[in-house]
Amino acid sequence: MSKIEVTPGMFSKVEIKPSLKTTITMAITGLVVLVAFGIFGKSGDVMFVWSDTRESVQLPHWVVNSMAFCTVVGVLLLAMATAAFFYRRANKKSPAWLVIIFGLFAIMALLGWLATGASQGVQMVFILSNTLVFAIPLIFGGMAGIMSERAGVVNIAIEGQLLTGAFVSSVVGTMTHNLYLGMVTAMIAAGVLSMVLASLAIKYLVDQIIIGVLLNVLVIGITNFLHSVWLNNDSSHLNFPGTFDRIAIPLLSDIPVLGQVLFNNRITVYLMFLIVPTLWYVLFKTKLGLRARAVGEHPLAADTVGINVGRTRFWWVTLGGMIAGLGGAALTIGNVGSFGREMSGGQGFIALAVVILGRWQPIYVTLSALLFGFTIVLRVWANQVSPGVPFDIITMVPYLVTLVAVAGFAGRVRAPAADGQPYTKE
Amino acid sequence: MSKKKEVVAIPESKVQSVLQEIMSGDPVRIALSILLGFFIGAIFMVVFNTQVVNAWSNFGADPGLAFSSVWWTIQDGYGALFTGSIFDTSAGNFLDGLRPLTETLRFAAPLIMAGLGVALTFRVGLFNIGATGQIMIGLAGATFVSTRLHMPAVIHMIVAVIAAVAAAAVWGMIVGILKARTGANEVIVTIMLNYVATALFTFCLRQPGLLLESNGGGTPKSDHPDPTAMLGSLFGTGFNLHYGVFLAVIAVAFYWWLMERSTFGFRFRMVGHNPSAARAAGIKVENTFVWALALSAGFAGLAAANQGLSLDGGLTTSIEAGIGFDAITVALLGGSRAGGVVMAGLLFGAFEAGSASMQVSGVSPEVLGVVKALIVLFIAAPPIIRAIYKLPKPKPKALEPTKQTAKVSK
Repeated sequence: MSKIEVTPGMFSKVEIKPSLKTTITMAITGLVVLVAFGIFGKSGDVMFVWSDTRESVQLPHWVVNSMAFCTVVGVLLLAMATAAFFYRRANKKSPAWLVIIFGLFAIMALLGWLATGASQGVQMVFILSNTLVFAIPLIFGGMAGIMSERAGVVNIAIEGQLLTGAFVSSVVGTMTHNLYLGMVTAMIAAGVLSMVLASLAIKYLVDQIIIGVLLNVLVIGITNFLHSVWLNNDSSHLNFPGTFDRIAIPLLSDIPVLGQVLFNNRITVYLMFLIVPTLWYVLFKTKLGLRARAVGEHPLAADTVGINVGRTRFWWVTLGGMIAGLGGAALTIGNVGSFGREMSGGQGFIALAVVILGRWQPIYVTLSALLFGFTIVLRVWANQVSPGVPFDIITMVPYLVTLVAVAGFAGRVRAPAADGQPYTKE
Repeated sequence: MSKKKEVVAIPESKVQSVLQEIMSGDPVRIALSILLGFFIGAIFMVVFNTQVVNAWSNFGADPGLAFSSVWWTIQDGYGALFTGSIFDTSAGNFLDGLRPLTETLRFAAPLIMAGLGVALTFRVGLFNIGATGQIMIGLAGATFVSTRLHMPAVIHMIVAVIAAVAAAAVWGMIVGILKARTGANEVIVTIMLNYVATALFTFCLRQPGLLLESNGGGTPKSDHPDPTAMLGSLFGTGFNLHYGVFLAVIAVAFYWWLMERSTFGFRFRMVGHNPSAARAAGIKVENTFVWALALSAGFAGLAAANQGLSLDGGLTTSIEAGIGFDAITVALLGGSRAGGVVMAGLLFGAFEAGSASMQVSGVSPEVLGVVKALIVLFIAAPPIIRAIYKLPKPKPKALEPTKQTAKVSK
C-alpha cells in the first residue's frame, strides 16, 4: 500500500519552495481589475456608502469615478503582485496579510465596478454584516470538520448535523420559549448524531464517507417527515421560535462601520468569536490538541506513546458535531427565525470545502467561510445594483476556487495523513 | 515528498472493504434490513398520527380502538404504497390495474441508469457523488439538441441521447483527470462540480442564444423539446411509461457485460480490489480512473436523456428530481452489481410511484424518505443489523484482498 513517506527534513523551509502559482494568480487578478474594470470599465460614478443610517457617527459617502477608482486599485494590486514576486525570489512565502489585503482591494474594485451608476451605491454595512451572518453556519460547520478531520475521521455528515441543530433548536426553542435551551439541545442532538458516526466509524470500521452520506440522507428524511406531519400542523406552537436579540456591545459598537458589522450581533456571532480562537489555541498550543493531531497524522505512533486513539477520535468528532449543531441553531434562531424544509441546503458540503480551502486551520477556515458568505450576499446584491450580471456565474466562483485549491493549483493542500483511515490494533 | 511522488500515490480505497461486505452480503441480511426499515417507518407513521395519539390518550375508555388505530394507520400507509406502485385494486380491469406498476418502472428507469453509474465507480474503488452534476450537464446537452436542432424523428432522439451521454461523460472525465493528475479527492471534487454544473445549466437556461425558451422571460426554462426528439409513449393514453425504460434495459445489459465479461471491466475491478497490485500487473491506474469516471458519468447522462426527453413541457433544473443523490443509495443498496442495482432501483421507483397515492390517502409520503435512508444505512453498516438480530459475525474468507485497508498504514 503506497503511502506518502515521512522523511527527515520533509517539512523544512529549505525543501519547500514557495509556489509561483500564488504570484501568477495575483498578477492575473490585478490585470483583470486594471484592464476590464479600470481602463475598459464602466463610465460613471460609484458611491460608497460607509455608514448605516442607524449609526451615531456618520461617515460621509464617498463618490468616485468608477474607471479612475478601478484603475488605481488595479495598479495597487499589480504592485502587491510584484511584492509577492520579490518575496518568492527571496525564497519566502508571501505573508498572509499581503494576500488578505490583496483580496480586500480586489473585492472593493469588484463592488465598485458592479455598483457603478446604481443609486443605492455600495452599502458597506449591509454587505459586510450579511457576509458575517451567512458565514456563521459555514464557520461552525468548518470547525466541526477541522475537529474530526484533524483527529483522523472524515465527517461528511456536517450537513446532517447542521440540519439536526436547525430543527431541534427551532422546535425546542418554540416549545420552551427559551432560545438558549434550544441552542443547547441543538448542540446535544447534533452531538448524538456525531456519536453514531464516530462509533460506527471508529469501533465498527464502517466506511466513514458512506456512513456520513447515509446519515445525511437519514436526517433529511426524518426532518422532512417531521416537518410535513408535525411542524406544519401547528407551526405557531412548534416552529416559531423567533431569533436571539441583537446585543450591542457598549463602546465597541460605536466604532464607525466595523462596530455595526462586528459588535452589534446575535449571540451566535459572539460565540464564533470565542470558539474559533479557542479551537486554534487548543489545537496548536496545548497538549490536548497535540494529541488530537498526532492521532490524525500517525495513529500508530500516538498509540505507541499511550494515547487512546479510539477515544480521542470519538470525543473530537462528538465535540465537533456539537459545534456543527450550534451552526444549525445559527441558521434558525440566529438568522431566519423558523425551520424550513432542508434549510441547510448543502451548506454542510460547502463547509467541507471550506475546511480544505482553509487547510484544516481554524483562522484560515473562518476566512474561507467568509468568502463563501460574501458570494451568497454578492449574488443577491449584484442582482439589485446591476441586473445584467450573470449571477449564476458568480454563484460558481467559490466552488471553482475550492476545486482549484483541491487540485493543488493554489499551493499544496495536505490533509492530515491518517484522515479517513480507520485504526485497529494489530 | 516530491511532487512526482504525490502524483503517483495511490489513494486508499476505503470504500472497498465496505463494498466487499455489502456484495458478499447474504440475501437474508438484506431482507432483514428492508423489513426493519419498514418497521421503523411504521413506528414513525403511528407516533405522528393525530388519530392514533387521540385513541391512545383515551386508552382507558376504548383500548380496542387504540390498537386498531395503530393497525389501520399502518395498513393505510403501506396499502396506499402498494396500490400506488404495484397493483391498483380499485381499477376497472386487470390491465388498468397494472398502471401503477408501469409508473414504478417509469420512476425506476432513471434511478437504475444513474445508479449503475455510481456503482461502476464503487467497483473501481472510487466514491462518485457527482451524478447530480453529470445529469445537469447531460440535460444541457439533450435539451440543446432537442430544442435547437431539427432532425427527422428517431434520428433526432438518438442524437439527443448521444449528446446527453457525451456531455455528461466529458463532465465526468474532468473529475477523473483531476484525480489522476493531482490526486484530488473525488468526493470533494464531485460535490463542487455538482454546484458548478447546476449553476452552469441554469446559466444556459437563461441565455436566449443557448437554451432559454423563445419569448421567455427571467425564469430559466427551456422550450418544449421537439416531438421528433421525444422518447415516445409505450402504451398510449392513460399510461405515462415511455421508451426510456428501454434505455435502462440497454444500460443494465451493457453494465453487466462491461463489468463481468469485458477486459475493460476486469481492469476496473482489479484497480478497485488493489490498485498497487493492478499497477504492478501493468495497468495504468490513473487512466483507469479517468475512463471509469467518464463511463460512470455516461450512465448518468442516460438518466438525463430519460428525464429531458420525456417531459411534456419546458425544462427547468427541477427535472433532475434528486435522482443523482438517490443514485448513490441505489448503488449501495444494489451492492454495485447489475442485478442488485435493478432491484434497488425498482424498490426506490416503487417508493416514488407510491408517494402520490399515499398523499391521496392522507399519509405523508415523506415517511418513505426515512424508510429509504434506514434500509441503506442498515445494509451499509452491517454491525447495526447484526447487533439487532444477533446474527453471527461472518467468518473471514481465506482470500480477503482488501482486509489490509482496515489496518493502520505504515
